[in-house]
Amino acid sequence: MADLRVNIGALALKNPVLTASGTFGYGEEFADFIDLTRLGGFIVKGTTLHPREGNPYPRMAETPMGMLNAVGLQNKGVHYFVEHIYPRLKDINTHVIVNVSGSSIEDYSETAAIVNDLDNIPAIELNISCPNVKKGGMTFGVQPNAAAEVVSAVRKAYHKTLIVKLTPNVTDITEIAKAVEGAGADSVSLINTMLGMAIDAERRKPLLSTVTGGLSGPCVKPVALRMVWQVAKAVKVPVVGLGGIMNATDAIEFMLAGATAVEIGTANFIDPSITVKVVDGINDYLDRHGFKSVRDIIGALEV
Amino acid sequence: MKKYLLDLKVVANERLASNFVLLKLQGDQPLPDMLPGQFAELRVDDAPHTFLRRPISINFVDRQQNSVWFLIQLVGEGTKRLATLELGSVVNVLLPLGNGFAMPQCADEQLLLVGGGAGTAPMLYFGEQLQQQGIRPSFLLGARTASMLLQLDEFNKYGDVYTTTEDGSHGEKGFVTQHSILSDKHFDRICCCGPKPMMLSVARYAKAKGITCEVSLENKMACGLGACLCCVENTTAGHVCVCTEGPVFNINDLLWQI
Repeated sequence: MADLRVNIGALALKNPVLTASGTFGYGEEFADFIDLTRLGGFIVKGTTLHPREGNPYPRMAETPMGMLNAVGLQNKGVHYFVEHIYPRLKDINTHVIVNVSGSSIEDYSETAAIVNDLDNIPAIELNISCPNVKKGGMTFGVQPNAAAEVVSAVRKAYHKTLIVKLTPNVTDITEIAKAVEGAGADSVSLINTMLGMAIDAERRKPLLSTVTGGLSGPCVKPVALRMVWQVAKAVKVPVVGLGGIMNATDAIEFMLAGATAVEIGTANFIDPSITVKVVDGINDYLDRHGFKSVRDIIGALEV
Repeated sequence: MKKYLLDLKVVANERLASNFVLLKLQGDQPLPDMLPGQFAELRVDDAPHTFLRRPISINFVDRQQNSVWFLIQLVGEGTKRLATLELGSVVNVLLPLGNGFAMPQCADEQLLLVGGGAGTAPMLYFGEQLQQQGIRPSFLLGARTASMLLQLDEFNKYGDVYTTTEDGSHGEKGFVTQHSILSDKHFDRICCCGPKPMMLSVARYAKAKGITCEVSLENKMACGLGACLCCVENTTAGHVCVCTEGPVFNINDLLWQI
């Protein structure tokens, strides 16, 4: 049994496997299939200051080796989370991380401040990369200055581990990563979904109500891996890698490229027990290659 | 209800009509409890363009054979791949998912179970479960033509079967809502599963007559667990997941133009 512990800023994880926001509900949805406490942590659904109904149906289109979604941050708002969901999650023996989104800097700060007061939430993931909302979301994540501005504001309101989730829909993701690092982020996670679309040729209609949506699944993995590799070289803070991880080998590839931890996303929809299989698979790999600690493979890519 | 992720073995894969198969999957452990109207998510292996599981309603549970049946309409690559599964091969199945039809509170409830196309599937298991409660429902099954009315022998075991076909080749000619049984017999509740236009017209009929009506929806979904929030239906409670809050809804909870 290798040592699987890693640190994201001040946040000590028992292993590097997290779940991607929006793919794992509030964890409870998966409790019939896995022991949630075996995860390094899980990142719950994107949470906003006010409740959001999200985008109209249809919100999903299957694509080769992946899917598009246009959910649009449907959630009941941070106050509902505090009152109804947090009490159910707070005593679980793993880290629960809240993904925070907003449509203005004030929204982000206020939501982060509310989550800051929850003793058993040790970190937030700041979502400046959702492609499915009209205001806010990705608009903060495509400009280094705007990204730095929202992260600076949240940094003042939030005093625990601050992970900033980045969009791949930019010319140079390292510029954004450096900007949010400079503004006080403890870590960056990448990639959020890639903007895409799907068409029904017979009906001459888009398959999503919003026309465009976010692409995820193994089809985005090569892009995600490349971006993690670039960002890990460009910043000093730990990088959390995600994008199309379907198995332990994929997770290990992200760590070799420089990720300190990984998030499993869309794969949860295909195999709701995949996360613990990835934990076990990472351990097997380390044993097989004679690594005593998972930390030994972070950025260990031989180029 | 606890959900299970099971590897089940194909013990039958029969072609029914031109574009349906009846897939029977057997467990090596006793299958869990399942309710009529619930569904399963079947993983489709070895189909390069099929990434997600396929949500399929539970057609029947054969406790003697310890098998669960799925009536599968061949729509795209994923369902066509399921249709080619050979005996003895293994399918990974997530079940039981969602909520079923309401079970009757009294033994003399007059139930009409309406199915169209693949939507007849859940009504068979519903009929069998009603029989166990001593209730004999009426089935009203609709199809385009006689060859597309499936499992009639099975339905006959559990209730009175009425049919409509668009070409008049079986039962009464026309749509289910035009069948004479609707005016000849009194029903306390109508449960319906089928194409949206059919469910809409059944819902309109029920509402006009003041009859309780449940419909089973099949919105496009990914996870089946309420995590991805893709399959939402707009309801009086806002956007809710069909996979966890449905697939069966009382029509009063939907925002359909009834």
